[in-house]
Amino acid sequence: MASLRDLRRRIKSVKSTQQITKAMKAVSAAKMRRAQEQVLAARPYSRRIREVLGRVAGASGGVKHPLLAVREPKQVAYILITADRGLCGGFNGNLIRKTNQEMRGLTAGLSIVTVGRKGRDFFRRRRYQIDQQYVGLGENIKYNTARDIAGFVIDKYTGAEYDEVYLVYSQFVNVLVQRPTVEKLLPVEPPAGEDAGAVNYIFEPSPEAVMAELLPKYVENAIFHALLESKAGEHSARMTAMDSATKNAAEMIDRLTLSLNRARQAAITKEISEIVGGAAALE
Amino acid sequence: MSEKTQRLEIVTPEKKVFSEEVQFLVAPGTAGELGILPEHAPLVTTLHIGVLRVQQAEKQFKVAVSGGFMEVRNSKVTVLAGTAERAEEINVTRAEAARQRAEARLAGGGDIDVLRAELALKRALARLKAAQ
Repeated sequence: MASLRDLRRRIKSVKSTQQITKAMKAVSAAKMRRAQEQVLAARPYSRRIREVLGRVAGASGGVKHPLLAVREPKQVAYILITADRGLCGGFNGNLIRKTNQEMRGLTAGLSIVTVGRKGRDFFRRRRYQIDQQYVGLGENIKYNTARDIAGFVIDKYTGAEYDEVYLVYSQFVNVLVQRPTVEKLLPVEPPAGEDAGAVNYIFEPSPEAVMAELLPKYVENAIFHALLESKAGEHSARMTAMDSATKNAAEMIDRLTLSLNRARQAAITKEISEIVGGAAALE
Repeated sequence: MSEKTQRLEIVTPEKKVFSEEVQFLVAPGTAGELGILPEHAPLVTTLHIGVLRVQQAEKQFKVAVSGGFMEVRNSKVTVLAGTAERAEEINVTRAEAARQRAEARLAGGGDIDVLRAELALKRALARLKAAQ
C-alpha cells in the first residue's frame, strides 16, 4: 500500500489540477456564450444572401461568371478550419479525421489551406504541402479575416489553379454536439430559390454586374459563417471536456481519500497492536 | 406622405441593423440614387458606399452603408451591406480622423494602395454625411 505521504501528495496534485480545469470550464462557458451570440447575430445575413442569390441566379438565367464555372476537378483544395489550441476533447481530432476521410477517396491533386494552429501542425508534421495558413485568429472573428481567405481561394480558382474548393468546419448544433461538416465552396452552386424565375427583376446596372458583386460576397460570408460556427463549437467542446475532467478529478480525489483513510487506520491499528503486544510481553 | 409602408431590412454580416416598416427610402445605387416607394417593381441593384436616407412615419434618418446590394420585392426591401451605421451610432471624431488620414495618404502619393485609400476616404465621407 502506498505510504501516507505519497497519498497526501497525490491528493494535493489532483486537487490543483481540478482547480485549473474548473477555471478553464468557467472561462470557456463565458467565451462560448459570446461566440454563440455572434453566430446567431450573423444568421440573418447568411439566410438573406442565400435567398437573394438563389432568386437572382434563377431570374438572371445563365449569367456566366468565373466563380460559377464548373471544371473537371484536377486540383482540389480543402480549407480546414480548426482551433488554435487543444484541450477541447475530440474537437480538432474529429475535424482532421473528417478531412482525411475526404482526401482518401481523391484521385485529383490535393491542396490544403489551414485555418487554426492544430490543423496546420497535423498536416505539416506529415509533410503535406500547405498552400496557405491562417493562425492566431483570436477570440473575435473579424469579417476581414474571412475576406482574406476568400480572396486567396478566389484568386486561385479564377487562375484555374484550383478546380474545386471545399470547406471543412465544425457545425455548431448545440453545446454538446458539434458536427464536422464538408461544404462545397467553389464552384458556387446557387441554392434553388423557392420561386426562382417567377420574379422578373430589374437589374441595376446589369445582371452580370450584380452577380459579379454577389458571388464573392457569398463566398466570403460562407467562410465567415464557418469561422463563427467553429469558434462557438470550439468553446463548447472545451467546456464539455473541462467539465468531465473536473468530474473525473473529483472522483479520483474521493478514491484517494478513501485509501488514505484506510492506510491511516491500518497504521493506527498496527501501532496499538504493537503496544498491546509489547505490554503483554512484559508481564 | 402616403399611408402605405414597406418593410425595410438592413443586415450586415455581423448583425441585423434595422427591420421596420418605412414609407420611403433613397438608396445609393451604383447606377445613381434610387428612390423606392411601396409596391416598387422587383429590383436588384448593387450599392455604392454612401448614405441611405429613410422616411419613416414623421421622422427621417440616415444610414451610412459601405457598398453591398439591395433587393426589392413585394414591398419588402432587403439591404445587404458590408457595414451599416445609423447616424447616431457614428463616431464623428473617428470618421473625421479617418478622412484626414486617407486624404493625407492620397496627397502624399508615392508607394500606396490608391484604391484602398480612396475607398477609405469614401467610407469616411459617407459616415460624416450621414452624421450631419
